[in-house]
Amino acid sequence: MLKVKTPKTHKAKRELEKRAPKLVENPKKTLILQGTRSSAVLNAVLTQIYHLKRDNAVRFTKKNDRVRPFESAGEASLEFLSLKTDCSLFVFGSHSKKRPNNLVLGRMFDHHVYDLVEVGVENFKTLESFSYDKKIAPRMGSKPFFAFIGEGFESSEELKHLKEVLLDLFRGEVVDNLNLAGVDRAFVCTAISANTVLFTHCAIRLKRSGTTIPRIELVEVGPSMDLVVRRHRLPNPSLQKEAMKGAREPHKKPKNVVRDIVHGKLGKIYVPDQKVGNLALSNDVKGLKRERREAKAKAKGASTDHPPKKQKASPEP
Amino acid sequence: METSSAPAPVDGEVKHQVDLGNLMAFDSGHHFRSIPSDRQELKRECLEKATELVQAVANELFGLPATEDRDGPIVTLPKPTTKLPREKHLPKPKPPTKWEEFAKMKGIKNRKKDKRVFDEQTGTWKRRHGYDRVNDDKDIPIIDAKLTDEPGEDPFSKRNAEKKQRIEKQEKNRLKNLKNASKADALPSHIQLAATALPITGTQKDLPKKASKKELENVAGMAASSTASIGKFDKKLPGEKPPKHPGKYRKFLPVVEGKGMGTQEKQQTDKILNKLLSRDASEILDVNKAVKVFNLQGDKNRKDKYSNSSKLKARKKPLKKSSKKGN
Repeated sequence: MLKVKTPKTHKAKRELEKRAPKLVENPKKTLILQGTRSSAVLNAVLTQIYHLKRDNAVRFTKKNDRVRPFESAGEASLEFLSLKTDCSLFVFGSHSKKRPNNLVLGRMFDHHVYDLVEVGVENFKTLESFSYDKKIAPRMGSKPFFAFIGEGFESSEELKHLKEVLLDLFRGEVVDNLNLAGVDRAFVCTAISANTVLFTHCAIRLKRSGTTIPRIELVEVGPSMDLVVRRHRLPNPSLQKEAMKGAREPHKKPKNVVRDIVHGKLGKIYVPDQKVGNLALSNDVKGLKRERREAKAKAKGASTDHPPKKQKASPEP
Repeated sequence: METSSAPAPVDGEVKHQVDLGNLMAFDSGHHFRSIPSDRQELKRECLEKATELVQAVANELFGLPATEDRDGPIVTLPKPTTKLPREKHLPKPKPPTKWEEFAKMKGIKNRKKDKRVFDEQTGTWKRRHGYDRVNDDKDIPIIDAKLTDEPGEDPFSKRNAEKKQRIEKQEKNRLKNLKNASKADALPSHIQLAATALPITGTQKDLPKKASKKELENVAGMAASSTASIGKFDKKLPGEKPPKHPGKYRKFLPVVEGKGMGTQEKQQTDKILNKLLSRDASEILDVNKAVKVFNLQGDKNRKDKYSNSSKLKARKKPLKKSSKKGN
């Protein structure tokens, strides 16, 4: 026997509809959490990543002893939390003797772990340690620029993976329209060795250049850190194929256009009914006037008679 | 900003890829001649290169045709070229319902119907469906009798029962369609199908009832207390409650007399005695019965006297007699 379970309130229904799979998806939400042990550096890193993504992130501050990415049974809890918070990206911080200041960046597909990249944080500099003109501070939720520098991002498998994860994590909402006055931040990632990336967050200052294209100036606003890739797990190929499926745009058939073998492309034009029957006939009608004029000319038999001024101004029917 | 001609290339040869949809630029060709040991130096060099890349993106971005808005120029971004995975799978198409299949086979097409219909019974415009609708059964106060009608049957209740059946049938069909949709993983997002019992073939009576919470607790309690120590030293599961005893314990009152509990036994026996005595007290003296009892007792006494001759019982008798006399 089956029972149909439906939400009791409209609010609950709307909430469920928000979470349903869609053709054009919602912006990805990020879950930021930590393991049983953490360090001061790691806490600051997690807080500031949350600060950067505050519009689309959930921060958990309690210890999570059952979350252990890369381990067989350690992902069930994470998947559960992802389902509850509707997050498809996660940043998990843990600190141990073997892997100090460990950050696991990962993605979810259908609330199951899709891929994982583990990085160690080094040379971390907080937001507060940078001094700059606060007027140029990036606003929350603005679309960032990305600059990836270095051949490592192409040659090294792990950095290639990290590049994709970082882009997914920080790119924000996918938008159609962008306000050019609102571009104010950039993420700069530089591959400084085969497994190390220098990651910084910069503000963009638009300067006059004399042309329509402004001159860009980058001001470092932090946080900045070195990410040393430790372990990484690529997605399952079959899962990847499923996840990469794009929404096919519904093909819109152009209206009133047909193809013909003989004539080629043919178009149909709609001409509205002229409604000749409803036309009001008045003395203003040009054709009638001319007739009258001709009749007049005939009757008079005059040879030269310049047309009256009134006719020029008369509107065409 | 207005549309500009081709963006002016910034100094240096262009070797980077630009993904305008993500506002991303990637320079795969850049190689540090030597990684500067000084952190400041490294940062400066990175920012220099990054500025170059961001400028390259900006060149393309500001070159796009823009529409002037109150808040600033707005451009339409192209689709991102870097493919990133989806968050959830694509929504799956809903399978057609049984009716939709049938309609397609028969070529039946949906057409719009008016919401309001003229009701000939009352001569007014009424809703097609819902409250106070047209052709409502409730509006018919009299049903003509037919030859086929069974005597003693209420046509109104029959009509109601039929309607109820139709509704039940529709509900069953709906459930079947939902089940099909859930098989295709295309259930509407706000609907969940939950199993109330296991689908086992057989009659309805055979279906196992879902055990209630209380029953489960009882069983768990019984199992826990069925050890030698009556579950006293067993490890408890989280959330497990101490077993409940549905039966009563036997209780013994203290044998020794005293205060409080000690007097209870006396009270109990007194109560029973009083009950008995009071019942007898209320009884009216039955003269006939009393005479009969008296006569019988007289006979018995006489019999006893005659049987006294036996030597064997001679010793016992006087004792018995004396006791009787005392009564």
